Amino acid sequence: MVPLSYYLLLSGFLFACGVVGFLIKRDIISIFLSIELMLNGVNLSFVAFAAQWHALAGQVFVFFVMVVAAAESAVGLAIIISVYRTRETLNVDQVNLLKL
Amino acid sequence: MSFHLILFLAFGAVCVGGAVNLLAQRHPINSALSLIAVMAALAGEYLLLGAEFVAAVQVIIYAGAVMVLFVFVIMLLNAGVEEETKGSRVAVLLGVPGILIGGVLMAWVVLQHSGTDAVPIDALPGPPTTIAQLLFHDFLLPFEVTSVLILIAIMGAVVLASKPESAAGKVD
Amino acid sequence: MNIGLLVILGVTSMGVYGVALAGWSSNNKYSLLGGLRASAQMVSYEIALGLSLVGVLIQSSSFSLRTIVEAQGGRFLGIIPRWNIFHGQFIGFFIYLMAAYAETNRIPFDLPEAETELVAGYHTEYSAMKFAMFFMAEYANMITVACLATILFFGGWNGPLFGPPLVRALLPLVWFVAKIFCFLFLYIWVRGTLPRFRYDQLMSFGWKFLLPLAIANLVVTAVAVAW
Repeated sequence: MVPLSYYLLLSGFLFACGVVGFLIKRDIISIFLSIELMLNGVNLSFVAFAAQWHALAGQVFVFFVMVVAAAESAVGLAIIISVYRTRETLNVDQVNLLKL
Repeated sequence: MSFHLILFLAFGAVCVGGAVNLLAQRHPINSALSLIAVMAALAGEYLLLGAEFVAAVQVIIYAGAVMVLFVFVIMLLNAGVEEETKGSRVAVLLGVPGILIGGVLMAWVVLQHSGTDAVPIDALPGPPTTIAQLLFHDFLLPFEVTSVLILIAIMGAVVLASKPESAAGKVD
Repeated sequence: MNIGLLVILGVTSMGVYGVALAGWSSNNKYSLLGGLRASAQMVSYEIALGLSLVGVLIQSSSFSLRTIVEAQGGRFLGIIPRWNIFHGQFIGFFIYLMAAYAETNRIPFDLPEAETELVAGYHTEYSAMKFAMFFMAEYANMITVACLATILFFGGWNGPLFGPPLVRALLPLVWFVAKIFCFLFLYIWVRGTLPRFRYDQLMSFGWKFLLPLAIANLVVTAVAVAW
């Protein structure tokens, strides 16, 4: 029997790692990976609360989060590819001019 | 030390290790591979909570399709090791202890106030039939809206990633 | 725990990483292109594979492989067995077969591998034991596909039972292995017979023909079961 707070702590830790990664990383792909980590942490807390309150809607909502994450990563990676074609760099610090 | 706790700690250790490794690695492919490990361990956690369909979908879609997309892009752009940037020593000196203290404080507060209501193993079974009942009856509108969202994302990704000169006069 | 078939789909999805990472880590532009092509092919045909399985799922209303096989026991009119292929999933079987041939990178869909003979492929830079691992994995994948095809479409271990009780207990195993052997024979037979697709033909076949056909199969099956 695992207390619910353990699941919430794990979910919070994953979310915190995602936020820290988003802030300290310079590579755009690593930033996107941190966003995915944040979404995964949130999914875990959805499922944990669904288990505690016996509400299956929590598990159903995880699907919508996954769908949105998939759509957002598809479009985001396409944007990264087209930015890379013009700027030739993946470092966010160097993409700082509106016009080359 | 019940078996449930041992399994939770095992999967949790992989999650935590993968998340810290994602931050520590400087090459994006290593970060992507540790994120795949985190997702697989999270599927194990979902199984412990009884969400079997969610666990299967996590492996098939998240770890098996979305992360493949990430790995493709890392391969196509030949992303290299992250460049060294000039960090601030003050930020590290104040920030790391600050995060640790803040984290420990919040963990202590959560543990104090959550009570001891434990979640048994397989707490809320989520077989595909009951999830499908909910998804296609109560949540039908969000389901249809997400399918439109995916269609828009497909079109957007194709347009954004296509080569500029061929996108202009393509007749197909 | 009613997710048997999804576990197999999940493991199939994870197999794409081996090919993609092997192609990139070889540090060879031909390997990279071969690996990218192979993994794009596998990801595209995974969709048609999954959709062809959904027809079977609608008829059996269970993800558990044992339940699906048990629903295929018995016979029509005393002669024709109630296998799923005779019970409405004829087109579904052929979609599954073609998608599975593309998933396992076998002829007629093996352009990523054939490049080894022409220019390069994702396993060019591998030799000896590591190359053997790739091929063992491919054959294991073929055997898994054969097992799934017999379980889902050909009645699994159902077959005529006769003789003393000990023989009766072992005969389902014999039928299962015999059906798998027929599928592996079919794999190797097709390999010796057909030429391979060009990559653009392969991708347009998967997206423009197989996927709409799989969706149509799904719709027809769903309507037939609902009535």
